[in-house]
Amino acid sequence: MALQQAIPTTTSEGLNGAALRADFPIFDTPARNGERLVYLDSAASAPKPRSVIDALSDAYAHHYANVHRGIYELSEDATARYEGARKRLASFIGAPSSREVIFVRNATEAINLVAYSWGRANVRAGDLILSTEMEHHANLVPWQQLAIETGATLEYVRITDDGRLDPDDLASRLAKGPKLVAIAQVSNALGTINPVAEITRQAHAAGALVLLDAAQSVPHMPVSVAELGVDFAALSGHKMLGPSGIGALWARRELLNAMPPFMTGGSMIRRVTLEGTEWNEVPWKFEAGTPAIAEAQGLTAAIDYLEALGMDNVRAHERELFVKAWGALSAIDGVRLLGPSDPDAHAGVISFVLDGIHPHDVATVFDHEGIAVRAGHHCAQPVMLHYDIPATTRASFYVYNAPDDIARLTDAIRAVQRLFAR
Amino acid sequence: MDNLYRDFILEHYRNPHNKGLLEPHDLQFADSNPTCGDELSMTFVLDSGGERIVDVAFDGRGCAISQASASILTDELRGMSLDEAREMDPKDLLEGIGVPIGPARLKCALLSYKVLQGAVRGGETAWPEVADVAG
Repeated sequence: MALQQAIPTTTSEGLNGAALRADFPIFDTPARNGERLVYLDSAASAPKPRSVIDALSDAYAHHYANVHRGIYELSEDATARYEGARKRLASFIGAPSSREVIFVRNATEAINLVAYSWGRANVRAGDLILSTEMEHHANLVPWQQLAIETGATLEYVRITDDGRLDPDDLASRLAKGPKLVAIAQVSNALGTINPVAEITRQAHAAGALVLLDAAQSVPHMPVSVAELGVDFAALSGHKMLGPSGIGALWARRELLNAMPPFMTGGSMIRRVTLEGTEWNEVPWKFEAGTPAIAEAQGLTAAIDYLEALGMDNVRAHERELFVKAWGALSAIDGVRLLGPSDPDAHAGVISFVLDGIHPHDVATVFDHEGIAVRAGHHCAQPVMLHYDIPATTRASFYVYNAPDDIARLTDAIRAVQRLFAR
Repeated sequence: MDNLYRDFILEHYRNPHNKGLLEPHDLQFADSNPTCGDELSMTFVLDSGGERIVDVAFDGRGCAISQASASILTDELRGMSLDEAREMDPKDLLEGIGVPIGPARLKCALLSYKVLQGAVRGGETAWPEVADVAG
């Protein structure tokens, strides 16, 4: 679909986050304090540009029928757009073939698909699955369940105090010959960027497959699953400016061909008799029932928007915001920052703790200052245990953030410190 | 903001009433808030008939709202019968806190109530319905 509006892309200094807000209707409504909303919770979910909202509306108004079924113009149009989204996403993540992209609801479902389908067909009692202490619960709980059901062992690579994976611990656990290494490219709780290509090389040398949780990386930096060399990758559309309710699993085709279906029913079949069923070919073997038809069209618009900005520019923009914010927050007494200080090892996600003030209280005060952040354990309770804290406050950046947001954030930190010092 | 964190709440947070652990005790219960992992426990000393609360203390760590709420709630419990404690309306606690609690913070405010109910009912209880909109 053609974009409905001109997109301001870059200035000589890179992306102009403040100007990009004009593309996002969520910023048209002031925050509860009457000021401009400062949205710093993109790691949870991202607001949508008007082009994505229009694409969703346009899909329902003009390009909607069920897909892969109707022998009529509207269904053929909807099917072409649905399959077009698959091709766009495959190209966006550097997948060798769009036949390797399976649409699911979100990254959580993508990981569950692998745990249920590949896991239950391939993992046996005594096998080792390796994950890490910094994983989101989505890349941890499905493996715990798989281990419980199969009798396999689940181990976690330790994290260092500056929030990186401990390379020695990784090497010693890989030496035990795990079947699978399940790892995030970017930690949602710490912001750490893991050296996935190197870890994948080591994991393959140890005979393991690699599942990449790319939910926090694909929206924010150029990602090529082929260059990284991983075997599975999971992502969510709603974190990359797309609609909620659509995400994807990418996996190498020979793995998908050998895997049994995850869910069964309509659309994923080739032939059904009362005695048995032949499966459809991949990727449709894994897409039972009516899929997210309109959301796929919205996802295409999101990819259009991000590609117009350029993913190198998106990453450079967030790196610059990280450097500014890390510097500004470090300068405030009583602020403890988590994760690596190296901007090349840290995405635009800053988790912090204020001495003597609970993150929930921080977030409530921020809310009254018109600032949206996440406060809690970020679905990564083992990370909180590692640092012996109940929760953190997390500020995460995206294309519509700018230095003026960091100024509002630091002002709000001082405001909450004043309030609790009263 | 100043409304929510007015001095009454901050005073309870900084100088909580009934903080600590009663040893020995007749009843003990702990529970947590899944949205932040905050944990709270309460210990109770009962009268000789085991029917009335003679003393109570809470322990744990958490946000200003959950700690102030536990401080305010435990102030109300001395002398109360277990039956009366079971019949407490969570809305009365919210009223006692006296500041408007937004939906995202209701579980912080009601964690102490949930721990109390677990103690007097002999096992973990569901969040009160008034917290259903909370994260």
